[in-house]
Amino acid sequence: MTYGGSDGLVVDAEVRRGGFVLAVSLAAAPGEVLGVLGPNGSGKSTLLSAVAGLTPVSAGRITLAGQVMDDAAEGAFVEASGRPVGFVFQNYRLFPHLTVAENVAFSPRARGLGRQAARVAARHWLDRLGLADLAARKPGQLSGGQAQRVALARALAGQPALLLLDEPLSALDAGTRLDVETELRRHLADFAGPCLLVTHDPLEALVLADRLVVLEGGRIVQEGSPEHIAHQPATDYVAKLVGLNLYPGRADGAQVELAAGGAFVTANRDAHGDVLVAVRPSAILVSNERPQPSSARNTWPATVTALTMLADRVRLDLEGKPSAVVDVTPAAVAELSLRSGSQVWLTTKATDLEVYPHTGNQPR
Amino acid sequence: MVTLSAPSHLTDRERARRAARGGASRSVPAPLLAPALIAVGFLLLPLAGLLIRAPWGRIGAALSGADATQALALSLWTSTATTAISLVIGVPLAWVLARSSFPGQRLLRALVTLPLVLPPVVGGVALLLAFGRTGFVGRYLDSWFGLTIPFTPVAVVMAETFVAMPFLIITVEGALRSVDQGFEEAAATLGARRMTVFRRVTVPIIAPSLGAGAVLCWARALGEFGATITFAGSFPGQTETMPIAVYYALETDPDAAIALSLVLLLVSVVVLVSLRDHWLRGGSVA
Repeated sequence: MTYGGSDGLVVDAEVRRGGFVLAVSLAAAPGEVLGVLGPNGSGKSTLLSAVAGLTPVSAGRITLAGQVMDDAAEGAFVEASGRPVGFVFQNYRLFPHLTVAENVAFSPRARGLGRQAARVAARHWLDRLGLADLAARKPGQLSGGQAQRVALARALAGQPALLLLDEPLSALDAGTRLDVETELRRHLADFAGPCLLVTHDPLEALVLADRLVVLEGGRIVQEGSPEHIAHQPATDYVAKLVGLNLYPGRADGAQVELAAGGAFVTANRDAHGDVLVAVRPSAILVSNERPQPSSARNTWPATVTALTMLADRVRLDLEGKPSAVVDVTPAAVAELSLRSGSQVWLTTKATDLEVYPHTGNQPR
Repeated sequence: MVTLSAPSHLTDRERARRAARGGASRSVPAPLLAPALIAVGFLLLPLAGLLIRAPWGRIGAALSGADATQALALSLWTSTATTAISLVIGVPLAWVLARSSFPGQRLLRALVTLPLVLPPVVGGVALLLAFGRTGFVGRYLDSWFGLTIPFTPVAVVMAETFVAMPFLIITVEGALRSVDQGFEEAAATLGARRMTVFRRVTVPIIAPSLGAGAVLCWARALGEFGATITFAGSFPGQTETMPIAVYYALETDPDAAIALSLVLLLVSVVVLVSLRDHWLRGGSVA
């Protein structure tokens, strides 16, 4: 792995919790926001828990800036309270009996500053996150967005070398989300250490992370830049998240035999062996009659199984070889009298198909 | 064959109530109503008797008698000392029972809470056998340090602690089990060691239960009779607490007994009011 090295966070470990096994190898460089994207139960929280020192690893090690935090082989373990980590929890976990200022002063105080010095440190972070006016409030009197900022201030006030964020935006309503998101991005950019952000929300991951790893069933199934993952998803889960049709198949030049039946002609003549083909739902055309031969190279029959109204489009679920989801306008639905059970023809251009090698890193 | 009953009369008010709150008839069936009324009478008539027979004109005089004042003072300070001791040693035990795990923990919890159901007089006998002059601990206290515990105010506090501390322990243990441990995890990630977490996060969060447990413990200590009279006796000014004073006064000076009882009743009412949020939330689980 080329990232991180000994400067940042390096996790190469296995964590067992009951019957669940998380086995990951990842690194985050200083200043980098590493997004961990995965469905519920994929091991995201376990990963954060292990990095924070709330759960020991059962094999392997975790190092931060070259210092061992946890090493199962050597038996070395730094308690959670001894790790230079700032943790922003999903529901913030602000102490309900303390004011905002006392919450933010908690970490400086716990890490050894005197009462007065801790108050000064807290003041600094309150000002920096625009919370000075709320200093005397109790957590119960804060809005979601304010609580989120207080949680971030509280985590940063301990001067951590590593920041952990657990679904930082998920507890917010859609209205405040945008503001908080913009602000959070700014503060993450200011943070000098590595940052690990876990989420099941692809938008949160795409917007906040510099680099992504996708976690499924306790294993990393894909990693790369957000753009890369959005264009070339490696698993059905990611494809669904980013809204693409995904087909595994075997390529022989431009011809790809799909595993689920059917075949595509693609524009990529050099592909060989196991590949994935991704296609946008809006890049597939629907017609009632078999289309006349055209420049589009792929045409196949399918049956409509479901129609769902999206914001300004209708999403069709279609069964065929291969099956697909296709987005059309409401007008098209009316014109083609589409309903569940309609027989249609699908067409897509070879150049709209994204073909890339299948690494076979499927979740177990 | 379904038998339909003839329509009965439904008042407009009842109609509105059922429409608003839903549900069927709320009227109490007669076979339940009569026993319920008997129970109410049984519980409230004695209290009414206390109020009716109270020598309202002479209460001040009855309470200002030397014995009564001494008993009141003794009861107040021993109950308060009991509560303080229970907080100092009972809360840590509650934490151990709630948070750590070791072999025999369940057995220990059962033994520690045994005084809740043990007849207090048995507790008094047990204390006497342990800390009495010839008891297996008291013997050495006596011969090594010249300390004699039974029939002293110290014995009163010990008897009260034996009986009352379990109330504090189970209340606090329950609170420690139900508190959201996420806060404690958060505190740990903020650099707080375990003792700091306990002091600055756990204790403040369970403060309401801690208060309730302390009040309950204090009230139980104030009313303690059986263990106290067995282990500490009833020397006026030394070990004669309020309940014991009431018991003896009933023969010699009934008015003083009633006056003292009224004081204890008043204290109980105050305790009940202070605990209302904790224990009396009409059926809902706190």
